[in-house]
Amino acid sequence: MTAEIPDVKKTWPHSINTVTIGATATEGGTRTSTITVGGETTLPFYHFEGTMPNKPVLAMEVWDVPAEDWPEPVKKPFADVMSDPGTWAKRCVEEHGAELICLRLKGCDPNGADRTPQEAAEAAKKVLDAVGVPLIIWGCGNVDKDNEVFPVVGDAVSGENCLLGTISEDNYKTLTALGTAYKHKLIAASPVDINLAKQVNILAMDVGFPPENILIYPSTGALGYGIEYVYTIMERLRIAGLKGDKVVAMPMLCDIGIEAWGVKEAKAPESEVPGWGDVNERGPMWEAATAYVYLLAGADILIMRHPDAVRITKNTIARLMGGGA
Amino acid sequence: MAKVTGIGIYKLLPRTNCGDCNFPTCMAFAMQVAAKKSALDQCPHVSAEAQSALGDAQAPPMQTVKIGVGEAEYAIGGETVLFRHEEKFYHPTGIAIRISNALPDSEIDARLEAIGKLHFLRVGEEIGVNFVAVDCEKFDAACYASAVKRVSTGTDLPIILACSDPAILAPALETVADRRPLIGPAIEANWEAMAELAGKHHVPLVVRANTLDGLCALSENLKEKGVEDLVLDPAGADLVDTITKLTELRRLALEKVFRPLGHPTLVHATSDTPDEEAATAAAVICRYAGIVIMDSTEPSHLLPLLTIRQNIYTDPQVPNAIEAKLYEIGAPGPDAPVLLTTNFALTYFTVAGEVENSRVPSYISVVDTEGLGVLNAYADDKLSAEKVIKAVQEQGVMDKVKHNRLIIPGLVAVMRMEIQEDSGWEVIVGPEDAAGIPHFLKTEWNSN
Repeated sequence: MTAEIPDVKKTWPHSINTVTIGATATEGGTRTSTITVGGETTLPFYHFEGTMPNKPVLAMEVWDVPAEDWPEPVKKPFADVMSDPGTWAKRCVEEHGAELICLRLKGCDPNGADRTPQEAAEAAKKVLDAVGVPLIIWGCGNVDKDNEVFPVVGDAVSGENCLLGTISEDNYKTLTALGTAYKHKLIAASPVDINLAKQVNILAMDVGFPPENILIYPSTGALGYGIEYVYTIMERLRIAGLKGDKVVAMPMLCDIGIEAWGVKEAKAPESEVPGWGDVNERGPMWEAATAYVYLLAGADILIMRHPDAVRITKNTIARLMGGGA
Repeated sequence: MAKVTGIGIYKLLPRTNCGDCNFPTCMAFAMQVAAKKSALDQCPHVSAEAQSALGDAQAPPMQTVKIGVGEAEYAIGGETVLFRHEEKFYHPTGIAIRISNALPDSEIDARLEAIGKLHFLRVGEEIGVNFVAVDCEKFDAACYASAVKRVSTGTDLPIILACSDPAILAPALETVADRRPLIGPAIEANWEAMAELAGKHHVPLVVRANTLDGLCALSENLKEKGVEDLVLDPAGADLVDTITKLTELRRLALEKVFRPLGHPTLVHATSDTPDEEAATAAAVICRYAGIVIMDSTEPSHLLPLLTIRQNIYTDPQVPNAIEAKLYEIGAPGPDAPVLLTTNFALTYFTVAGEVENSRVPSYISVVDTEGLGVLNAYADDKLSAEKVIKAVQEQGVMDKVKHNRLIIPGLVAVMRMEIQEDSGWEVIVGPEDAAGIPHFLKTEWNSN
């Protein structure tokens, strides 16, 4: 006599917001495709009890200046195109299947090339001209400079429904204003803290920016360097969103490449770490493995660098969505 | 089978408040038992009726299964939560590397040698693979026994005897039973013979069925035969099916206390390409697998997977702290910079990693902040000018260098003047983010 197995399926009262990035000609932009993320009604990949109408997507990272400090294994595939963000983006999309391009305006950093807002806008236009996928534009990280750059860049890419980032607790007014004016989506950043993630969203909503236009960036840690803290914050954010906390019911974004390629495990040549395997395989694997953990935590957009990491992560996403084996 | 409350347990106790359990009252003891912090038998006066009434409810909802003996013993299962933030995950997923008996001896030896190298030192902790699984692909008893013997002499790791034919398994098991291998799978067609082998040698048994109903039926049958140490192989058809079943099994065990399926799990990641195998392993480590069996012996695959396991199974309630002392990166000389940070492990390893990146040999002076990061430590007064000065003085780093400059984290720039005035050192404000350290050391430090 076999016991009857109880049903353990869960239903949640709410779902995660959907956010669309990019605009086609009919929508006032020039993109040939748009990307929609979010809409989950349960935890990641639990197709047996809910729906995940939009699969997680991969953005590939392009800079407005050559990425001199990228480790050799990830610089090599782009070394000949790094001088031009348009050509670089084209390679990402056409050869490596990038679903979005993340243009990081590293060149605007006052501690670096200190490029002007107009130059940043030029770089963004080059990417838009070269590829048809939607665009993420990520500031240089210097708050004052970003607040100078984004109004110019946001205007230049007006109508393209880009995803701009990041806003934070201390700096959200400029970007929320221009996000509203030029119809862009925003990335809300917080330092691995569920309350601060809420706080920045509330601040943006208080100045009239719609929550449906926000993605949460809960910070990203590389595998081996604090990934478990972010993993747990993301699980808690997703659970809170599904339970009905509208302030955190947003899709989530992870900045994988920049973190994964910053650690020894990804970039040290085998001569420095004997027994760890060839860095040309280990590096992309480290980036992909970092991505896998975030996918299981609920990531909707992953920003990545290495073509091999992108290829195997895309395959893993397809499998997690029920395709392949 | 619902969870028993403290009051429920209290009602079954003598209620004499005798204190023989080392708690002041029966109620206090009952609460501890309900929280699974004390065992019922700590009360010397508890009645047999109470014991049996609570026995079933007292058993943990998911069994802990131990494989191997002595120092090599590896425990799986015994988990108590679905999400690590609720408490923690207790027994890290065991990684097993498969060796087929169809391989020639030389290749078995080569794989054993490769497996022996799959141990790494990361952030002060040794991480490595945990099992060797001898897979019966050639159905020949002598061949299987020979492979098992070769593996058992070639590794100290606990062994999994993956063989579904009891007649082939039996002689091989005879030779290694004292190492308490995990055997199986028991399936619908062989479970009685498997139960006999597991019972005779007191070894844990894998149960395989591709439906939860099938697993449940087998598990009940085996328990009736007295075999209790079970590991469930849900034989997922693909990655989604595997994750679904692992999640259902975890929920059934913990939320429903459904005893027939209250056991740890095993997943074969092996049927995929190496990249897909690694992806499967990564996903099931995050989603509750007790053991994952793999083919790859490439460090570039295993190091990230072992690190995922190390991270996911970190106790989220314990601040991850390192020893507060002076650390040397590279071979710092008298001109080397001295950087200050906290003893939150992640902070330290991030700072140390960036200092390594800079290739500027440096001293890192670590202050005991009870495992808090820079900002939290400052807010909690665990990082104060006084503490910094005391730590740096006790570590004697200023005697090792011929300058008196101390670099403090940019996030606590506000401490600069106080440290400088009270210590007499020149205090320099470093970057707010560790990522800025290489640039800082190469430019600002060097220009000083």
